[in-house]
Amino acid sequence: MSDVVSDGAHAAPPGPPVLELRQVTVRHGSVAALSRVSAPLPAGEITCVLGENGSGKSTLVSVLSGLCRHDEGELLLDGVPVRFRSPRAARAVGIATVWQDLAVAPLLSVWRNFFLGSEPTRGVWPLRRLDLDGAREVTAQAMARVGVTGLDPDQPASSLQAGERQSLAIARALHFGSRILVVDESTAPLTVAQHSLLLQAVVTARSEGLAVLLVTNNPRYAHLVGDRFLLLAGGQVAGNLTRADVDANDLIRLLTGGVEMSALTEALSGLHGAT
Amino acid sequence: MTADHLPAFGQAPAAPPAGRRLLARALTRPSLAALLALLVVVVFFGIRAPKLVGSSGLAPVLDLAATLGIGGVAVALLLIAGQFDLSVGAVGIGSALVAALLIRGAGWSTWAALAASLGCALVVGLVNGALVLSTGMPSFLATLATFLVLEGTTVAGAHLMAGSETIGGLQSAPGWRSAAAVFDSTLHVDEGIFHVSVLWWLAVTAAATWGLWRTRFGNAVLASGGARRAARELGVPVRRTTVTLFCLTATAGWLIGTIGLLRTGGLQVSPGLGQEVDFVVVAVIGGCLLGGGYGSPVGAAVGALLYAFAREGIILAGWDSRWFQALLGVLLLVALLANGVVRSRLKAVPRS
Repeated sequence: MSDVVSDGAHAAPPGPPVLELRQVTVRHGSVAALSRVSAPLPAGEITCVLGENGSGKSTLVSVLSGLCRHDEGELLLDGVPVRFRSPRAARAVGIATVWQDLAVAPLLSVWRNFFLGSEPTRGVWPLRRLDLDGAREVTAQAMARVGVTGLDPDQPASSLQAGERQSLAIARALHFGSRILVVDESTAPLTVAQHSLLLQAVVTARSEGLAVLLVTNNPRYAHLVGDRFLLLAGGQVAGNLTRADVDANDLIRLLTGGVEMSALTEALSGLHGAT
Repeated sequence: MTADHLPAFGQAPAAPPAGRRLLARALTRPSLAALLALLVVVVFFGIRAPKLVGSSGLAPVLDLAATLGIGGVAVALLLIAGQFDLSVGAVGIGSALVAALLIRGAGWSTWAALAASLGCALVVGLVNGALVLSTGMPSFLATLATFLVLEGTTVAGAHLMAGSETIGGLQSAPGWRSAAAVFDSTLHVDEGIFHVSVLWWLAVTAAATWGLWRTRFGNAVLASGGARRAARELGVPVRRTTVTLFCLTATAGWLIGTIGLLRTGGLQVSPGLGQEVDFVVVAVIGGCLLGGGYGSPVGAAVGALLYAFAREGIILAGWDSRWFQALLGVLLLVALLANGVVRSRLKAVPRS
């Protein structure tokens, strides 16, 4: 056994998987977007998903977030099979997602965006209404938590800068995600500041004991924070590595390697005696 | 490591001076253009024909605005959710025919017949919603199809069941008086006769405004129109919201038809596309963005008032009433241009 690469910011011990994928297959028509994917998501660990475009990363995010349902296999939450009927159901069990497009409605105000889909209400049914003051207050607090202060919660989301919009999406996910945080990194190039915000949010979530799934295109950033690396190719798992197996350069090579990806993964796993 | 250390982006922008802020806020009100146009039309025709702003002039204006406004407000909500409904007027005539036939042909009591016709209207709403959602076709075309089917069925059905386009003599049905009290009370002020439909119109507008800005349903409506993908990703029930809205417009159509039925004590079935477009015109004049995502039920109500003032004003001023359509076109054009301004302003100014 090789020794684990030490990670200063990471102290939480790896727990049992909060969520586990077992042989999950998703078909879009006759095409399998995901094919028999198995992966554990342990609490207090960051699992990075890497792969080329079209390798099934976004489908994986959709399955975990409840946007699309798997056709075969099992999704286990604390060992119990679950099927989410909608993203609302996934959020109800504590799975929150930072979507690739950030899922921000431009014409709505910041607080309406923050609570979209799970608005706080007061009163009883025909008069049940939005709790405006509560929503504004929570939004301002949550935004301050990710470092955006002095923001008017009534401001329309379209008036935010790109970074602030990302902060809104992250603040929302941190607020609603009590157990699992799923981050689908934007395909548009991020600035270093935006990247660092994303990574710090991810590390914060890990230190609070959440299971984190980070979908990224950037192996260098992935290696900075990741505990596990799930490599996808053509909808299948091409490699399931731990931090002990690879360094950043290995990851980059694996990602750009194309056909030799699987072979290299096997070789490396064999070398370290771990999968 | 806690999130308190995460970096902030940018600076909080300095607040602009109060006067400019107020102007900027006003420019984001989608209904502003309609309000200004209403003011202009009332002042202009008020000078040309002072009778217009007297009680005898106001009564028909409010009556027309009420009918249009009930439909326009419902269509406005649908437009905000990014959909379209041409079938409101046809649902109104169709459901009135169903009620009339049930009362006269089958001898039902008035309230039972009205409940049955409401059920029929809701079925049309469900069909509209299901068509749009399952086929993904533009709701303009889907509801144009249901409009044609309904209109044809109504006219042919009236001939088939009653033998003519006119059905009358319903007043003797049981429950007619209580139904008439709800849908057709009147109030005489000087020479003007004000109908209770005005109260229905105000109630519908108030309920729609409250529902849009103060409930979860309203938030779902706004998001469904403005950012459908984000709404789906966040678990907003976009499909349920859309179907509910189609049912609401159908219910508005039923209300219009019922008010007409109880006022005349009968029904005159006559085909025509006029009113269908009017509801949409009123909503757009009231400031609904055509792409969805923003708009105002109050704006649609103001649009209906503007429409009614312009039409009655032209008549009272002694002009050829055919000028009205040209004026309506101009108003629509102005509203569309103002919409563009509002849309760009919306993106930069605080509001709730």
